[in-house]
Amino acid sequence: MIQVNNLTKYYGKRLAVDNISFNVEKGEIVGFLGPNAAGKTTTMRILTGFLAPTRGDVKVAGFDVLTQSLEARRHIGYLPEAIPLYTDMTVRGYLDFLARLRGLPSNRVKSRIDDVVELCHLEEYIDVLIGKLSKGFRQRVGVAQAIVHEPDVLILDEPTIGIDPIQIASTRQLIRELGKEHTVLISTHILPEVSVVCERVIIIHEGKIVAEDRIENLSSLVSGYRRVRLEVQGPTKKIAERLRQIKGVTRVSYQDTHFIVEYPATLDLRSKISEAVVQGGFTLLAVEAVEMSLEDIFLKLTTEEDTEGASQ
Amino acid sequence: MRNIMTIAVKDFKSYLASPMAYIVISVFLIFTGAFFGLISPFNSSTYIQTSLEGFLQPAGIMLLLFGPLLTMRLLAEERKLGTIELLMTAPVRDSEVIIGKFLGSVGVLLVMLLVTLYYPIMLIAFGDPDPGPIGTGYLGLFLLGCASLAVGIFGSSLTSNQIAAAVLAGGILLALWFLGTAASYLPQALSNVIGYFSLSGYFPDFMRGIIDTRAIIYYLSITALFLFLAIRSLENSRWS
Repeated sequence: MIQVNNLTKYYGKRLAVDNISFNVEKGEIVGFLGPNAAGKTTTMRILTGFLAPTRGDVKVAGFDVLTQSLEARRHIGYLPEAIPLYTDMTVRGYLDFLARLRGLPSNRVKSRIDDVVELCHLEEYIDVLIGKLSKGFRQRVGVAQAIVHEPDVLILDEPTIGIDPIQIASTRQLIRELGKEHTVLISTHILPEVSVVCERVIIIHEGKIVAEDRIENLSSLVSGYRRVRLEVQGPTKKIAERLRQIKGVTRVSYQDTHFIVEYPATLDLRSKISEAVVQGGFTLLAVEAVEMSLEDIFLKLTTEEDTEGASQ
Repeated sequence: MRNIMTIAVKDFKSYLASPMAYIVISVFLIFTGAFFGLISPFNSSTYIQTSLEGFLQPAGIMLLLFGPLLTMRLLAEERKLGTIELLMTAPVRDSEVIIGKFLGSVGVLLVMLLVTLYYPIMLIAFGDPDPGPIGTGYLGLFLLGCASLAVGIFGSSLTSNQIAAAVLAGGILLALWFLGTAASYLPQALSNVIGYFSLSGYFPDFMRGIIDTRAIIYYLSITALFLFLAIRSLENSRWS
């Protein structure tokens, strides 16, 4: 549904998006993950036709966003980062305007608004001025406008920013539900959000894609290293010393009785580690392999140069 | 056309929901009413006393001022609120956005002119005015108003600051209005040519009941030109 090939965007001389390519298939929920100013919003604005690309081909629902812009836009529902609301309109008036503007047939506007309002739990506020709504409800109105014209593709730019945790949970639930019928591209810099909501993640950093995979595959992508968590009773410094002496171990960190030992993924040092602990006369209480969390992967990918610099 | 009307209706409704349109219409009525009811009757010219000219002349100048005030928010505020993203990502041409907004503001202009209709009605009730100049006078006001709104929309398309938009548009309109006066200091041949481009040059004819095709074409051209520039300005922002 979304095809991006060699997309580059300059703002004047500043490079915002650097030759990226990716696809989103029909029915997928894809997370677009990156720190602030990574190029997420710029990419989304190009997908929605708000900005023109400097170079590259971008197609949404099979239509080029530059040469067949109107057709492409017809298939997109877009929630920009700053929720665009007319504060002097009621929720109904706002949704009515946008449904018509985006070409929903007049005779279906009313029933569609009722459906969308129910889906976003806005029934009680349908005749309230948007300016009087709280931040959480405004955000729901933002989601409602994105789906009111029944688009195939949803592009949501940081949809959970600035709302409270309960609302975040219900918004994620809503997005997952929408993902059953729509193709969804959602940008975020909140890592857990991606694992909760998305099936696949594209990590972007400084305008470049640094990783792209299904969430469960991502850890092996950066693995290179494996980690084991130990619980050992005894003098911590001595234990750490002992662990560091094992051949192949690259890093040992500890807190109280918990130790994390890191070693290259090509080795399996678990037996050697437990041997070393026992032979040292310490009491081994637990050993477990540690899955790398999304945070670890993300930090590893986006700060690669820094860590390399530090280890030299 | 449906898209244009959707936007026009939305903007017209939003005028009705905000104080600006009411303030502008009220002030317009107070001043034109003062000229028509208090000043013209004491004018030494019986023509002024028995025609609408006492109203038309100040009304024309006020439309120049109010055009930018009415239109300054149309695009500047959308930019400020971020709602411009809704308009520019909807399956709607940039030209439809601009023309829709223009028609929304023309709606307010029509309301403004409609409520002044009681001046000619009073004139007809209490006297025997020549209907020709009244009709052409209103036509002139409408065309001048459209040009003023178009310039205002162009100003609004350039910035997210409403005041800056209004000042910019007001500056352009004043320059066009006084072009004729300024040109009169130049050599005759040059002054005639520049005079053609002056907003004020054509208005007196309308007040006297003359419909000059050149005048109509001129006002429509100014309107079209500035709407076109506003469309280009909107398109241009995609390529920033």
